[in-house]
Amino acid sequence: MTVAVLSPTREAWRVFRRNKAAMLGLGLLVLILLVMLVGPGLYGVNPFDIASTPFTEPFTDRRTWLGTDYVGRDILAGMLVGGRATVLVGLAAACITVSIGLTVGSLAGYFGGWVDMVLSRLTELFQVLPALLFAMVLVTLFQPSLGVVIVAIGMVSWTGTARLARAEFMRLRGLEYVNAARAMGARHLRLMLVEILPNALPPLIVSATLVIGVAILFEAGLSFLGLSDPNVMSWGLMIGSNRRNILECWWAVSFPGAAIFLTVLSVSLVGDGLNDALNPKLHLR
Amino acid sequence: MLRLALAFFRRLALAAGLLVAVLAINFMLIHAAPGDPASVIAGEMGGSDAEAMASIRKAYGLDKPLPEQFITYISKSARGDLGQSYTYNRPVADLILDRIGPTILLVLTALMFAIVIGTLLGVFASRRPDSLASGAVTVLSLVGYAMPVFWTGILLVILFGKVWPVMPIAGMRDVRQFGVGGWPAVVDVLHHLVLPALTLTIIYLAQYSRLARSSMLEILGSDYIRTARAKGLNEWVVTFKHALRNALMPVVTIAGLQFGNMISGAVLVETVFSWPGLGTLALDAILGRDYPTLLGVLTFSSLLVIVANLLTDMSYRWIDPRLRGK
Repeated sequence: MTVAVLSPTREAWRVFRRNKAAMLGLGLLVLILLVMLVGPGLYGVNPFDIASTPFTEPFTDRRTWLGTDYVGRDILAGMLVGGRATVLVGLAAACITVSIGLTVGSLAGYFGGWVDMVLSRLTELFQVLPALLFAMVLVTLFQPSLGVVIVAIGMVSWTGTARLARAEFMRLRGLEYVNAARAMGARHLRLMLVEILPNALPPLIVSATLVIGVAILFEAGLSFLGLSDPNVMSWGLMIGSNRRNILECWWAVSFPGAAIFLTVLSVSLVGDGLNDALNPKLHLR
Repeated sequence: MLRLALAFFRRLALAAGLLVAVLAINFMLIHAAPGDPASVIAGEMGGSDAEAMASIRKAYGLDKPLPEQFITYISKSARGDLGQSYTYNRPVADLILDRIGPTILLVLTALMFAIVIGTLLGVFASRRPDSLASGAVTVLSLVGYAMPVFWTGILLVILFGKVWPVMPIAGMRDVRQFGVGGWPAVVDVLHHLVLPALTLTIIYLAQYSRLARSSMLEILGSDYIRTARAKGLNEWVVTFKHALRNALMPVVTIAGLQFGNMISGAVLVETVFSWPGLGTLALDAILGRDYPTLLGVLTFSSLLVIVANLLTDMSYRWIDPRLRGK
């Protein structure tokens, strides 16, 4: 019997493709992204405009399919546009989270000693601060704009990534191939970026997808509390502004909530699939 | 015992250090925020009044050099003085003490149910990996992770407020029952507690059931379990007495270490159900630009997390003799 040798990426894709849940997640994610990119252009209704009478129930008026909120704004228009801000904040915040976490974790894990001591204490400090409350304080003190929300979410959620990166760098730095590179005169930066990082990457990629999901939930939570940019339509903002009319206007909060749920679900299904695909120990089964 | 005590004091010193660092972050935030720290402290209440600003500057020592201000801030906080709320015109510490009970009640109730039900689900799932229970744990952990906490709450509000109105959906007491004491009051609070606690439980149930399952699966494969089975012990005894005890350790650890996330979840749940806890206090403080109260809640909840971590750490050492003195 011959064994086909595939490149690691193709091998991972082969495993990923066989995972039904992960493919479902990927399909859902692509669909959501497509709707969010093309939808608003096709529909062409401004989500801030008053489209009809307030509290129009969904599926009763052909002009506003998903009904209107307490001001009379079209829910469907908000649903189509609102994902952009939510996903944008999620992605940008995840980038910040991973950058901080990777920097802190890799330095602590690679150098060990007092560097590790100091950075681990720093990580502990940020774990002790309740993330949502801390983000609430940051956004309140520095005004709720998209940028501040992104930085706030990034600042409060990097500790998990840092711990993971630290553990990986600590494990890999003592391996023989790293010692060999060091013996050949490689400097710290080269050892960290060229030798260790590629091997530490798979678990970090998986955790990054989870971080995107957490960041989206965070953005939604902050907007629900009324702490998001009021000039940018997002799913969270729709929920937040209709928070006081839950019973009179259930559709205005349920639909955007479902959209957030499905987005995070698809991201985490993809993350689980990546976890299986990038973990070489599972391929042998 | 001595080594346990030594470890305890070491952790205590670290905890105190962490608390000072939290205060330092608060202090930096006040000074880094745009505008004059006095106006940050006063919020919009006394913001325009020059005389009020001057008195705040004097009261908080804002005319003194920064290091001196920081020392004053730390020593005041250490004595439990978290400043004055301008909205309520009361000391922040008193406001927090009023609200801490409901939050603790909510969080601990949810935590208890999540751990007990989650562990049981995890145990049954681990016994039969292809069973319904195992499938339920997989679905539950995916759905529980992806559901925004407040959305779960809102769905419950719609269900019990509109479709099937048998549960109170807001507050902690029935307005008609104010002034009533004794057992009726307890029942009333518990009745109001059901939905908020259920919301928070759903989220954490997802996490603990998955954790309990993977931890049980790992333990059930170990040698001492095979030995126990080889002795001819009953499967129930093996599962609950031999395996579960060890499998519980990671669940307890994660529960303790994630107390901060628990508080974050509670903030959202309290907002949905108007539960009079720390979260609603923080949100009211934001709406009223009452920064001393907001920062006080942040400090105090960090203290709660620090204490929870310390307790987890110590109970862990106490349960597992191998860790004593480490």
